[in-house]
Amino acid sequence: MTNNPYLPFASEILDVIKHTEKEYTFRMAFKGDVKPGQFFEVSIPKYGEAPISVSGIGDGSVDLTIRKVGRVTNEVFERYKGQSLLLRGPYGNGFDVDLYRNGEVVVVAGGTGVSPVRGVIQALSQMPDAMDKYVIAGFKSPSDMLFRDDLKEWEKKLKLTLTVDGAPEGYTGNIGLVTKFIEGLPLKNPAEAKAVVVGPPPMMKFTIIELKKKGFKDSNITVSHERKMCCGLGKCGHCRVNDTYICLDGPVFNYEFAKNFVD
Amino acid sequence: MGYVLSRDTFASLISDLSQNYRIFAPVRKKGAGRFTDVDVVMYDNVSNAEAIELEAKSDYSSKEFITPLSETLFYFTENEVKESDIDNRPILVFGRSCDIHSLKRLDQIYLDNGLAKDPFYKRRRDLVKYVLIGCSHSFENCFCVSMESNKCDDGYVFSVDLADGNVYSDVPDPAFDSYFAKYSKDKRDVVPKYVTENEVKVSVTDSVPHSIISHTLWDEYTTRCINCGRCNYVCPTCTCYTMQDVFYTDNGKVGERRRVGASCMVDGYTDVAGGGQYRRKNGERMRFKVLHKISDFKKRFGYQMCVGCGRCDDICPEYISFSNIINKVSQASKEAE
Repeated sequence: MTNNPYLPFASEILDVIKHTEKEYTFRMAFKGDVKPGQFFEVSIPKYGEAPISVSGIGDGSVDLTIRKVGRVTNEVFERYKGQSLLLRGPYGNGFDVDLYRNGEVVVVAGGTGVSPVRGVIQALSQMPDAMDKYVIAGFKSPSDMLFRDDLKEWEKKLKLTLTVDGAPEGYTGNIGLVTKFIEGLPLKNPAEAKAVVVGPPPMMKFTIIELKKKGFKDSNITVSHERKMCCGLGKCGHCRVNDTYICLDGPVFNYEFAKNFVD
Repeated sequence: MGYVLSRDTFASLISDLSQNYRIFAPVRKKGAGRFTDVDVVMYDNVSNAEAIELEAKSDYSSKEFITPLSETLFYFTENEVKESDIDNRPILVFGRSCDIHSLKRLDQIYLDNGLAKDPFYKRRRDLVKYVLIGCSHSFENCFCVSMESNKCDDGYVFSVDLADGNVYSDVPDPAFDSYFAKYSKDKRDVVPKYVTENEVKVSVTDSVPHSIISHTLWDEYTTRCINCGRCNYVCPTCTCYTMQDVFYTDNGKVGERRRVGASCMVDGYTDVAGGGQYRRKNGERMRFKVLHKISDFKKRFGYQMCVGCGRCDDICPEYISFSNIINKVSQASKEAE
């Protein structure tokens, strides 16, 4: 068959960056157009496929941050630098970074939800008005933090709030859910500010409630949804919500539209 | 052009066709149903006319030949990935008007949703031609008239209607004229039979309000439905599947990637990595399925997904009636206005 969209290609593991016991970033060889927020179907023959968000884009590479939680990802963690994984993609629409170029922006991300927005945050940190860009990143505990080197870098360039849900005694950083830090954001004009929210469904729900209390307009909020995307091509049906296919029409949506989603 | 054949010459026609086509038709399996002494009518390969069940409605739909319940996509050997092969002989599928209408829905998803055409679907689809089995009467639970799939104006190569011991066929595809000319005793215009009224009627509302999603009408199904997924497997318009890799137990280096039929009613359909799950309650799953069939699909593609074959009602072990739910949704939609 010519142009079989299900046929994966082998991609070399260029590097493996360990964040936690269970979360590694695999830097994969890839040449082609790709945007933050898009995803690849990553597979290991005989084990299966799993949809994984792009967490970084390099020259000739893409980063895939993978949590070891299932049959496929357990097997991925048995692969090392120099070996390869099978990929197909990228799929989905991804983030349009240009939307956030001017004015105040707040990115709220929880846990592995930081992966799909990492590229957005990197772009924000390079913008001339980076000091008007806010990032609230939340993790379960200090040992669950991802992208530690990035966090240090971002802290210097934009307004980063790093928080954990809970921590052992003696931890000096912020403790509390991401939602706790929205009210206190020193925004000049919340009605015109833009927000990006990515994380587990309850975190997204309560974050948006807080943002709206703060004065954000629905149409200024962007969300990215995670579903079980088996094919990435609009065929398998698993990611459908109402008349929307997350893999084709998303996973990145304007909240004005996505607020009507009911699973 | 139409033809009249005796049952005997029809049998000769079928055995003649079976030389050039694989024939896939409803077949009655004696005593193989869900209860003692109950038959089941399901699709199978046939090579003679006697095997074809032309009178009863099939319990399972004809989609199984184009979208098999389990289909190997790739074989893996060491580092090699090889696409699966299929039998490339052309296929004749016997189906009723609702089955032929359902093909448009399958095509919609596999060929026209998103930019990519599904090549594994297309390679089988391109081999298939449909034979229309006329409906001289409506069957139990059918509501095709309400769903406007009771009549087929095209999409078949010839039709088959049994009447007064003969077989009546309309043959719109000239490629089949030679077969019929050889066996027919009479040439005349034939209109395939179709029903104009079903006992079961549904009124599908054009606009299902968003508030229906949280309506209490779904609660009943949280307890009644046992999420067995049979409704999805018999439905001629359900297309969902799951990717599945296996390796052979006697040689772990060799394996395959398959896709297998998936059901939005069954556990695991929405599971995401790390334990996340959407629609835990069966009532929510029922709402998801029903609104897809009578509202969400239409919003995206402009026409109804459900063809009204009633097979979901026939198969449900809990006697849940899909047509009844459609009417409940319409009623609740009216009240919500």
